[in-house]
Amino acid sequence: MSQPFVQPFDDLGLGDNLLNRSEEMELNFGPQHPSTHGVLRLKLKVDGERIIDCYPIIGYLHRGTEKLFELHPYFQNVPHTDRMDYVAAATNNLAYVGAVEKLMGLVVPPRARYIRVLLSELQRISSHLLWLATHAIDIGAMTPFFYTFRERELILDLFEQYCGARLTLNCMRPGGMPHDLPVGWVDKCREFVADFLARVDEYEGLLTENRIWKKRTVGVGVLDPETAIDYGITGPMLRGSGIAWDLRKAMPYEAYPEVEFDVPVGRNGDTYDRYLVRMEEMRQSNRILTQCLDKLPEGPIMAKRPRVMKASKDSEVYHGIEGPKGEIGFYIVGDGTPNPYRCHVRAPSFINLQSVPELCKGALIADLVAIIGTTDIVLGEVDR
Amino acid sequence: MPGFLESLRHGVGDTLFYGAVSPAIKIVLLLFLGILPLITYLTFAERKILGYMQARLGPNRVGPWGLLQPIADVMKLLVKEDTLPRQAVKWAFILAPCLVVGPAFIIFSVIPIGPRAGGLGHVSWFITDVDTGLLFIIAMATIGVYGLIIGGWASNNKFSLMGGLRSAAQMISYEVPQGLALVGPLMLAGTMSLVGIVEKQRDQHVWYLFPQIVAFFIYLVAGVAESNRNPFDLPEAESELVAGFHTEYSGMRFALFFLGEYANMIVISAVATTLFLGGWLAPFPHWLPWLSVIPGPIWFFLKAVIFLFAYIWFRGTFPRYRFDQLMDLGWKWMIPLSLLNIFFTGLVKLWVSGGFH
Repeated sequence: MSQPFVQPFDDLGLGDNLLNRSEEMELNFGPQHPSTHGVLRLKLKVDGERIIDCYPIIGYLHRGTEKLFELHPYFQNVPHTDRMDYVAAATNNLAYVGAVEKLMGLVVPPRARYIRVLLSELQRISSHLLWLATHAIDIGAMTPFFYTFRERELILDLFEQYCGARLTLNCMRPGGMPHDLPVGWVDKCREFVADFLARVDEYEGLLTENRIWKKRTVGVGVLDPETAIDYGITGPMLRGSGIAWDLRKAMPYEAYPEVEFDVPVGRNGDTYDRYLVRMEEMRQSNRILTQCLDKLPEGPIMAKRPRVMKASKDSEVYHGIEGPKGEIGFYIVGDGTPNPYRCHVRAPSFINLQSVPELCKGALIADLVAIIGTTDIVLGEVDR
Repeated sequence: MPGFLESLRHGVGDTLFYGAVSPAIKIVLLLFLGILPLITYLTFAERKILGYMQARLGPNRVGPWGLLQPIADVMKLLVKEDTLPRQAVKWAFILAPCLVVGPAFIIFSVIPIGPRAGGLGHVSWFITDVDTGLLFIIAMATIGVYGLIIGGWASNNKFSLMGGLRSAAQMISYEVPQGLALVGPLMLAGTMSLVGIVEKQRDQHVWYLFPQIVAFFIYLVAGVAESNRNPFDLPEAESELVAGFHTEYSGMRFALFFLGEYANMIVISAVATTLFLGGWLAPFPHWLPWLSVIPGPIWFFLKAVIFLFAYIWFRGTFPRYRFDQLMDLGWKWMIPLSLLNIFFTGLVKLWVSGGFH
């Protein structure tokens, strides 16, 4: 027999004030929910649709990556970084190889530095495209998803042509690059770059001045600059709150000192500003790509490096770069063996995720979806 | 066919023929040759049109140009397991989809797709002409929401419950402006019979779209909200509530909800066509009289398709409203606007009829 779930009134303990009392409900948002971008689980306390409390539970995708780093030689660890932020493998690679190079004192040849910037800016665009697609579809706009995936496909094709892989690129080595750019790659990339600005306008045409889009994003999930700094938030989330902190400018690495670009910042720190910041970042990335393609020097792509790389005993290094989601950094401790003694990852998704409970206090469930989207988390990186 | 109908009429007598036999035939024809194929191919059209809007192809594998895709979908849903959650309230869980589909189909009985007695064997192009047709439509459309609420409640799932609650709130706030928007054409026509309203539009030489443009847009927006379509698809907002009220439904029971949604779209389009676009009337009867060679039902179909296309277009364009914003729009904008529209329609009517002198 079916069991109605309405209990007798005395069991509910509501007393006399039955009509005026609203019950708080616990709601499990995820880990299997269409808009938690993977396996994020949020324990929500809701009053109707209003969120009173939010408690993120992570670890559903934990694979012990940091431990794995200790079990392999330095140069074999690059593929592990692919699988952290799996939609932005190139920037993960770059952060890791950068840290290893700092540890070993390797000097990367100019051509390799330019190729690295090319790949990581393409990666930034593709990561932002994926963010835009999922963010828009979370808010209910379906069409941008297909538009952005059309362009993302072109970027993935470029990656595939370069290194054979589309997502888990494994495209950098400590000391340089594994391959030179294949024949025709530069032209294909130029084609993409020439076309891309118009495509960004196309996405913006669908969303930027759309009343409903603005209603759903303006003033939603406001992150003030102080809170952002207190939480250690980086990347477009931080810049959306009006702080022009971009590691490409603040602590330039690779070929970034030699290219010109602007760092867009938001004003109000709301979801809409973060949206605008990321859209502008795609344009700026495009600008960087153009310059890199023009300036691309000839020469070797790999530094002179020892056959077996060993860090000296008790050496340690931290190297952070500006990934698409924020500062991605590697802290590596060497112990004189070919393997790292310890490798810790400063994962931007993980740190930015901390702001979600703060942002969604008092928001509606519909806002929560927008907030998760705007933090742009990848659970592979959160859980590692 | 006309000969057969004639002989049938002689055989059973006029009363029985017009009272029972011809409506029964029409119901069967409308249901199995009209609405059901229309719904199945509306889903196909939606996917194709969205496909072209979104730089992709849409279904193109099953049959030529993917034309058999809806058939394949229906087959899949029919043979799929109908899960009944252990925690669900069984009778309500089963009842809910029927409550959505039933009323949506019943409304078609009063919608005239063609003129009186113009059809085959002097049979009119509608099943019945009720004097209170408009009220009947509003009443029937209201029942559908119970299906959503009951379905959301009976599933015993928090997301379903929230979907059901959203749909309740949404329906209440959008039925009022929808009903008020229908008052405008009603005042101009002076009758609630849908056939009467179309005939009045013919006699007054104007489609009510033009004098009632405000009511038209209010009806259109409220209609989208009524049928839970984007940008008002909150009760089933898949990115927020998983699938809203039908989260726990599968197989044919889910298909019934789906059917109900599309039937509602067609109903809203048909009612809008009848009230605002002159139903089966051909456009420009004075400039282009030869257009009336095309039979009324085809005009009706073409006009309704415009609305259906708009529905699909909305889906390709708009993000989703938030719950409170939806309520704001309904109560703070559409209800006052529709009341103002009624007021001005009344004033103009009074002025035209010389009531001020």
